[in-house]
This record gives sequence, C-alpha cells and structure tokens, in this order.
Amino acid sequence: MLAKRIIPCLDIKDGRTVKGVNFVDLKDAGDPVELGKKYCDEGADELVFLDITATHEKRKTLAALAKNIAQHLNIPFTIGGGISSVNDASYLLEAGADKISINSAPVKNPNLINQLADTFGNQFVVVAIDAKQINGEWFVYLNGGRLPTDIPLLQWAKEAENRGAGEILFTSMDHDGTKNGFACQALAEMSDLVGIPIIASGGAGNIDHFSEVFTVGKADAGLAASIFHFNEVNIPELKQALKSSGISVRY
Amino acid sequence: MSQKIAVIQYNAGNIHSVLSALHRLGFKGILTDNPEIIQSSDKVIFPGVGEARSTMNHLREKGLDEIIKNLTQPVLGICLGMQLLCKHSEEKDTDCLGIIPLEVKKFIPQQRENVPHVGWNTLLNTQNLLFDGLPENSFAYFVHSYYATLGPETIAQTDYIFPFSAAVQKDNFYATQFHPEKSGWVGEKILSNFLNIAP
Repeated sequence: MLAKRIIPCLDIKDGRTVKGVNFVDLKDAGDPVELGKKYCDEGADELVFLDITATHEKRKTLAALAKNIAQHLNIPFTIGGGISSVNDASYLLEAGADKISINSAPVKNPNLINQLADTFGNQFVVVAIDAKQINGEWFVYLNGGRLPTDIPLLQWAKEAENRGAGEILFTSMDHDGTKNGFACQALAEMSDLVGIPIIASGGAGNIDHFSEVFTVGKADAGLAASIFHFNEVNIPELKQALKSSGISVRY
Repeated sequence: MSQKIAVIQYNAGNIHSVLSALHRLGFKGILTDNPEIIQSSDKVIFPGVGEARSTMNHLREKGLDEIIKNLTQPVLGICLGMQLLCKHSEEKDTDCLGIIPLEVKKFIPQQRENVPHVGWNTLLNTQNLLFDGLPENSFAYFVHSYYATLGPETIAQTDYIFPFSAAVQKDNFYATQFHPEKSGWVGEKILSNFLNIAP
C-alpha cells in the first residue's frame, strides 16, 4: 500500500541550516547534509531543502548543495528557493535533485510550470503555495508570504495541476508556527479538487496533528520543520503511532 | 571485489543518483555509452528517467539497442530502463527491446487515484536473490505513470490501482520499476545483492 510520507523541511542560508537547530548528537547541526542524513536514518521519507539566500551567487551554491546532498542521502529530496527558469532547474537536476519546488515565479509566469514539466517530467515539479484566509476565503501570497494576491487558493492549485505540476506543497500561513494542527479543511477541499499528491505544511505540533492531516485533511504527505529540529516530535515514534492507528507508513 | 560496473549513459535525467548510490556501497560505476566498455563490464546498470519513445530512438541511433540485447553479464534495468527491456510500451506506442516479454501500460485511475504513482509502496511476493535479506512488504520508492503487467518474469509485485510488476527477471536481465538508488537501506540491499551476483 502506498505510504503517507513524513517530510522534514530544512531552511538553508549560505549553505547552512537556519532556525537555531540544536542537536547534541550532531557534530555540526548547521550542516544540511549531516542533519539530512540524521532524518534519513530516523526514517524520514523525503527531505525538502529551501534556500533563503538572497545573493546572485545563489545558483552556484544551490547546485553545490544539491550535489552534496545527492551524494550522501539515499532517499528522494526536493530543493527550492528562487528557481525561476528552466535553466535554473536543469542545474539542479544535473546536480542530483529529485524534484524542485517553485513558489512565486510560476504565479508571475504560469507558463514556467508547463515548460518545466515538458522538459523534466511532472514528477520533477513541485508547486509550493503559501496561502492565508481572508473573511473565510483562501488567497495566494507571494515572496515568502509578504505579498498578497487576489488569486484564490483552489483556483491556483487546479491551474498548477493542469499546467503539469507533479505535486502541490500547500503551506497555510494562518497555521504555520502555531503548532495547533494543519489546515485540514482546506487541504481536504484541495485533495477533492486535484488528482496529484498534496504535501501539507504549517501547523504541525504533535503526533495527532499528522494523524488528522492524513485522515481528515486527506493529505499525501506531512511536512514540518521546527518540531523535528527541536525533537518535539520524534520520527520513529511518529511513524509507530501512525501505524498503530491504521495509517500506512513506511517503517 | 573490484568489478567493472557500467552505467549506460543516454539522454535521461538523474543518472548521477545511481553513481552516488554505487559510491556509497563502495563501488565505482563508469558512466558510458561506449559499446566496448559496456560489453566488457562485469555488471551493467541501465537506469532511466524520461520518455519511452525518444529514449528508444536515442538508443537505436547509438546502436545501443543491439548491444543491450546481446549482453550476457548481469544487467539491472531501473524504472524507464525496466520498461524499455519489455516488449512494447503504451507511452507513445513504442516498440521496446523485447527482452522481457511484458506489456507496459498507462495507469488509468479507477477511484481518483493520483497518477503518476509517486512515493513509497510495498514489495509483495518477492522471490528472487535480489531481495535476499529483506522482509516481505519492504517499502521501495516509485515514480512512474506507466507499469509493466504481471507475468512469469515477475519477481516482485506492487499494488497501485492494479497489481503490477515491481521487479522482473529473465536470464541475466534483472529490472526494478522502483528506484533502488532512492529507496533507503532497502534499495541499497537490493543493489548490493545485484552486485554480488556471481559472474
């Protein structure tokens, strides 16, 4: 049976992990590869690396990072952060990335999704969507959630699928950082609407939240950052609990 | 232990993952489309991410189709590599190498299942030395929209929409629909079982 996926997300700046990760058992918790390998060994199903560096050396550092990760990890990984062209993406594919995540660029230039899917296949293209609820309606936000748009969430998710996205990574800005659970209702609506896997992000605080996002939220994968980094949720325990409640997970 | 492992180079993406996986196991793969190197290798890996028709055309142009068919050492096809070892693919109605006499069909969702089939799924009815040391129902990582049907050559089955061949074997040709190079310790065990096949 196809397993629900658990995906730790690592934010990267200048080749180092950020968010004050603190692990006693790692020599260098700032090293994305060492931290990624730890999650890999604990049973993470995939990893997402989001680069938040804002320099023009970016393309080179991102490709170097992807190459380093690909050499050391034996599970799939997605890399994202400022990718805005087929050329950017081809560097990352060459370097060994399994998927790329694009966020603001395709909203400004939707055809980018078609181009990427035609060149590299749907499976390579993850469209990340940040959204926020305004008076009961969900709208897409850009530039790391700083720039509002008038694009409805579900409309954009459907368009992304139609243009060739292989997966959608939906982050609810209303839930992100609250640790009160995922945006299960919006996720379930999205899941009913599109025929591609949905990665849920934003709001994970405990094991029950993952269980909820896979059942009520109908998500295919649950993504989180700080709760894994600070060991508030331990991946082996999380998987054991999901398995006990009858959710298919890889162990 | 030192054996020559050729990884067939063609116009497919993410071939480096296979080389990295070999490296983690302590082997060095040679990425090549040179017929002599391929023929003289102890093991040949035929990886693949891409589209069937353009890849078959590329193999024919390079004369690699005949080279692959006539290999006598252990060969491991991966993902598209496995599909191309089969008889025919529905992907752009493509005649493949015909080494494994199975059909490759497109997934048609029955109950709104997602296509492509992406993620970790279980390997059922495993019966081959490739799976030595692995428990039944081990998980492997899949990414594909087309699948090979079941047949006498099936050595592992996975269920997604339909039961299909997760791995096949005929004579010296082994192949997996999933990506062993991305399937964690399970995949590494499968690769190392393949590399341990006596010549």
